[in-house]
Amino acid sequence: MTKQMMTKEELAELADRFTPAAEVSGDGVGCALVIAKDRLLELLRYVKEDAGCQFTMLSNETAVEYPEYFELVCHLYSCRRRQMLTVKARSGKDEATFPSLVTLWPGANFQEREIYDLMGLSFTGHPQLQRILLPAEFTGHPLRKDFKAAVHD
Amino acid sequence: MEIKDTVAKPESLLERNIIVTSIEQVLNWARSNSLWPLTSGLACCAIEMMSAAAARFDLARFGYEVFRPSPRQADLLIVAGTLTWKMAGPLKRLYEQMPEPKYVIAMGNCANAGGPFVDSSYTVVPGVDKIIPVDVYIPGCPPRPEALIQGLLELKKKIRHPEVARRDQHD
Amino acid sequence: MPKTEVYTLNMGPVHPSTHGVLQVILDLDGEQVVRATPEMGYLHRGIEKLAEGRTYPQFLPYTDRLDYVSAMGNNLGYCQTVEKLLGVEVPERAEYIRVIMAELNRIASHLIFFGTIAIDFGSATGMIYGFRDREKILDLFNMVCGARMTFHYIRIGGVAEDVPADFVPAVQAFLDEFPALLEEYHGLISGNEIFMYRLKGYAKISAARALELGMTGPSLRASGVDYDIRKVDPYGVYDRFDFTVPLGTQGDNWDRYLVRMQEMEQSARIIRQALDGLPEGPVKAKMARVIKPPAGDVYHRIENPRGELGYYIVSDGSTKPYRVHIRRPSFINLHALDELCRGLLIGDVVAILSTLDPLMGEVDC
Repeated sequence: MTKQMMTKEELAELADRFTPAAEVSGDGVGCALVIAKDRLLELLRYVKEDAGCQFTMLSNETAVEYPEYFELVCHLYSCRRRQMLTVKARSGKDEATFPSLVTLWPGANFQEREIYDLMGLSFTGHPQLQRILLPAEFTGHPLRKDFKAAVHD
Repeated sequence: MEIKDTVAKPESLLERNIIVTSIEQVLNWARSNSLWPLTSGLACCAIEMMSAAAARFDLARFGYEVFRPSPRQADLLIVAGTLTWKMAGPLKRLYEQMPEPKYVIAMGNCANAGGPFVDSSYTVVPGVDKIIPVDVYIPGCPPRPEALIQGLLELKKKIRHPEVARRDQHD
Repeated sequence: MPKTEVYTLNMGPVHPSTHGVLQVILDLDGEQVVRATPEMGYLHRGIEKLAEGRTYPQFLPYTDRLDYVSAMGNNLGYCQTVEKLLGVEVPERAEYIRVIMAELNRIASHLIFFGTIAIDFGSATGMIYGFRDREKILDLFNMVCGARMTFHYIRIGGVAEDVPADFVPAVQAFLDEFPALLEEYHGLISGNEIFMYRLKGYAKISAARALELGMTGPSLRASGVDYDIRKVDPYGVYDRFDFTVPLGTQGDNWDRYLVRMQEMEQSARIIRQALDGLPEGPVKAKMARVIKPPAGDVYHRIENPRGELGYYIVSDGSTKPYRVHIRRPSFINLHALDELCRGLLIGDVVAILSTLDPLMGEVDC
């Protein structure tokens, strides 16, 4: 099942183009390219458009909250290479902002709104950043680790 | 029609196709035999509700196959699925738009008491009866169509015998 | 000079044709749609947050309730993701049984699609036929795990238990009568002039645009994009079976309908091959009693009836996941609703919703 993940060597090659902003993290199925968030769009545009890469499909975009930072995780697929690439970017807890992928993949629209809704991360450049699943007047972001549900009567 | 005749020989009344009853009993008999449910499926239980209305389980043999899209024409609200706080407002409005007499069946664990999602207290209402009064609770996750039919038959009993189980009038 | 203006009409969340609690806010110019805004979240149950408080096996029944008409697929995706993280290899017999279950579920899910699109267009008979034949498949599932809809039969490391002795003949009996059923559907619904007139040529979406929007599943293949994860990135033992991927040409409502009908045929083909090749052996891998994957993260996706279902799991080395994210195809496909509906009539909005085939349990998670 791991046949189609990019190998660590291939990721390192890609990271070299963007040093020092990029580095390879993880092992095996969790191998990913971590990039500084101000160069995220540049990297994604490169892997999408470069003839040797052609990671044209954005399979998934999500975010995870770690104790020290927020991490944006994107999974890209290249039909030509038949490989999956995982790209991660980090943001400090106070900033909680990432660049929006909507200019490259309009399909990221709803996914980013969901991340905003449930985790409270903002996306600069998103055309309509508002809640999508929870009611508009809801306060708080449930997927945050410190979220405490209000008590309903 | 002489009154003394009807009191004296009850058997012959039936032979003459006359049944003595009260208006309330007749109305209850009519209502219980032709409940018109509202198409108010919310989640997974709605698929079992649709299966109950389909050919194999066939709600039509009980008289309950007339699902109405408009609350004004329905008298039974089968809440089939998880109720969220976002949906609670529209559901309450639907219930209020239904004309009396109206009945509510809570179908499935989520409608009964929040079900497996009750821990998601920020979004899931722990039971439909927090919002509207419920007549019959059908447990299951999801309840089989036969269980829904049993619930409907319990409701039928309840409608026919209001002296046994009368619903509190909520405002 | 008469003046016209655009008005807003609300459709849903309780509406017979919105496939669940979906609200579509229509801005209309007369009867033509100027903009259609889907409003979701009426069934948001916090499943991703719940996962953080449950152990890996405990979370499995929640995956049933995402896309509740294709629960086998949801279970399969989740179990394979955890197995990827654990590095567990599933026994052959279990892999074949998983394929049979997933494909039977695909047929059952597409039968619901068929039934609901028929009744959305006014054919109650079509709905009765679809649900009647789906019951045959639900009987097969009932035989195996006792449930009709929420199975959690596919478990981490294999399947819950072996299939009973009369399961294989029962599936073969179903497959023998299935072609006649398909013929009946095509005769009654697909060949119906009104049905064709309402679907053909409306709501076209090009392959490039569909890819940009992140669409997957039959809705993408209807536009001619040959992307089926069972072929492109096979999981389990799918690479051993011979089947074609039906593609559309125009990406209109009709193609989205026809692709699903043809997929049912292909699923029947796969099941037959799986039954023929079903090996003997155990149905569960040898695993530790307590499931504690090593720290790390993994993403795995499968081809569910509605599209690419992906699971992203982050493990911190404990018995409970640190984060679970579910990439839901209906949620992402629904983004196309607005541009597909523009310029068409309200009746076409119903057709588009039926052919996009969203399922709200999955959209709202």
